Amino acid sequence: MPVVIVDGQEIEIGADERLNCIEAARRAGKEIPHYCWHPGLSVVASCRMCLIETGQRDAATGKVTMVPKLVPGCQTPVKDGTVIVTESQLVKDSRARVEEALLIDHPIDCPICDKAGECLLQDYHFEHGQAERRADLHPFTSRKRDVGPTVTLFVDRCIMCTRCVRFTREVSGTSELMVTSRGAKEEIDVFPGFPLDNKLAGNVVDLCPVGALGDKDFLYQQRVWFLKREANVCGGCSAGCSIHTEHNQDTVYRLKPRENPHVNTWWMCDDGRYGWHHLHDQSRVLAAGRRRDLRGNGHGTPGDAFETIEWADVVTRLRDDLKAAGRLAVAVSPMLTVEEAWMLCAIARSIDPEAFLSLGHVPVVGADETFPGGFTIRAEKCPNRKGVEEVLALYGAGGRSWDDLVAHVAAGKADAAWVTGGYPTPWIDDATAASFADLTCLVVQDLFESPLMKLATWRLPAAGFAERAGTWVNVAHHAQSFGQAIKPPAGVWPEGRLFWNMLGRRGLYDPVGVRQQIAGSAAPFAALAGDVPATGVDLRVRQLA
Amino acid sequence: MKPTDPAITWLEEKPLGLAERLYLPLFVGGLATTARHLVSPKVTVSFPEQRPTVGNPLIYRGVHRLNRDEEGRVKCVACFLCATACPAHCIDIVATESPWPDREKYPESFQIDELRCIFCGMCEEACPVDAIELTSLLDLTGKSREEMIFDKEKLLSVYDMTKDAEPMKSASLGGTL
Repeated sequence: MPVVIVDGQEIEIGADERLNCIEAARRAGKEIPHYCWHPGLSVVASCRMCLIETGQRDAATGKVTMVPKLVPGCQTPVKDGTVIVTESQLVKDSRARVEEALLIDHPIDCPICDKAGECLLQDYHFEHGQAERRADLHPFTSRKRDVGPTVTLFVDRCIMCTRCVRFTREVSGTSELMVTSRGAKEEIDVFPGFPLDNKLAGNVVDLCPVGALGDKDFLYQQRVWFLKREANVCGGCSAGCSIHTEHNQDTVYRLKPRENPHVNTWWMCDDGRYGWHHLHDQSRVLAAGRRRDLRGNGHGTPGDAFETIEWADVVTRLRDDLKAAGRLAVAVSPMLTVEEAWMLCAIARSIDPEAFLSLGHVPVVGADETFPGGFTIRAEKCPNRKGVEEVLALYGAGGRSWDDLVAHVAAGKADAAWVTGGYPTPWIDDATAASFADLTCLVVQDLFESPLMKLATWRLPAAGFAERAGTWVNVAHHAQSFGQAIKPPAGVWPEGRLFWNMLGRRGLYDPVGVRQQIAGSAAPFAALAGDVPATGVDLRVRQLA
Repeated sequence: MKPTDPAITWLEEKPLGLAERLYLPLFVGGLATTARHLVSPKVTVSFPEQRPTVGNPLIYRGVHRLNRDEEGRVKCVACFLCATACPAHCIDIVATESPWPDREKYPESFQIDELRCIFCGMCEEACPVDAIELTSLLDLTGKSREEMIFDKEKLLSVYDMTKDAEPMKSASLGGTL
């Protein structure tokens, strides 16, 4: 195994690993500051922040020969015997000079800059810069430039690391951003008439180490130090990107991609990034209701027709109504977590042992879209079809689709139906909904009103993606467990909590406990036993072993 | 810290001397103090008929004000630093893009809950542009809780009311700008 010496500390690296000095030093717990280098982008070594001293230890004699000048750590690969010095006076002086040079052109408008608090220029200046400025500088307001529908460029805050330019060239493949002029006059810009409007554009804001690129959706909304973050999974499509939901006082302010080499690497798409606004939509279904007059089989006007039922009563009365109705059909939405789907199937079978279970509606928009950098936006706009299908297979209902359920109900083979939803966009038309009109009891659990909701006997609110806890299985069978980021609005129980109570379990809903139970009893989910790492597990791994 | 910690020095109470045991000398001393205060000038005032005098209005911590710049616009840049520093969480700001070319953002709404405020002055300390200041207005009253939540207009009107008596903090008065 090759050995690299970082500040006198010997660390072993893999024989076929290709690391640069920054990555090798990180293994030894040493952070080499850097702006322009990003593991997902090509190396340009232009910011000079990662300059370090390196050398080579002779394997035979043990004599170390140092390179006579500083080299950029991002551009210097390590091999057996590489010596890295990250804390010598020479390196420290170099960093202080880089920081000083960067600040000469910087507006220093931190109080009004949205990046303040998570800005690398601030952090590195605090850690590596000088306390006193030698240049006579005064704060000024940065020039602002509109580079696209979602992104604003604060021209003077830029430190020209060109991460954003490389991103649009290498990952999104759209090449909208470019560098104009030269030297001290360098600026990021777009060509007139070609704005930054690709579906990955939001990532340049995350990549920007300073406050130069601002997300219009988040700009001026909240200071970053007020935000709390929860490791979560995006529910926008079946790719299941790892994200951080950043929220304060149960309000989501933004979503950020979370590094996950198995799923989304460092990126996420704008559909997902801005796909949280429905959580705070005022038109959400916010209370559990039951139709006052059940004789009409669900016909009639909504609104007055429903009486609000306390959740504690929903738990018992819903079960009674379904039991009284007779033959049950249940659509298990691919927006539900594995845990919720599993509990729902158990409830359905306990009410009617012959219950017809099927997958809920799977929304599909367009076709999969793959970018040159390898990132794919899936056409299937639901996060957990694979997981729900596996759960249904456990209950002998594998392979059944939403269309099968609609046909089953339309043929009059069911007296009651329970349709779970959780869809952020309209998903059912009047014609399909009409198939459910003649049921004795129709339970619809969804985020928003729909033609189906109008026919419902029971209308139940659903939780949005950040309000759930559980496990989602993405299109590549990769399962990720996550916690609840924000509380749902008052009056809304997440599905898991309702199902937990309907199963007669005591105490608070415990998604981890349910997951352990599923993992222990069902072979397809065996990989979910114990702690699931933040980056998730591949469900097929232990099945093959 | 334990009682046996060597850093602690334990002192014994001094035994009472003859004067203390006799009680009379101390009794006379107490009476003398009372007599001195009977004849010394009064320091209390009959508020509210009589106004107390504030020693230095520039450092007094009373009702807040939001300062205006030379053009009469609110000076605040909506950086939230006062709200961050506030230990009582009584400042609520909604920021938005400013309509002026020379400023990036400004507060669309700026509210201080004066009932929640503990008048510690941390907001004034935190402000990078000396926009929020505490005045020497000390009799703060209202008929309802809602009335005591001061909005931007009200805070600006406090500035208009007090700007002549209490000049805005400048560099010569220890300000940052």
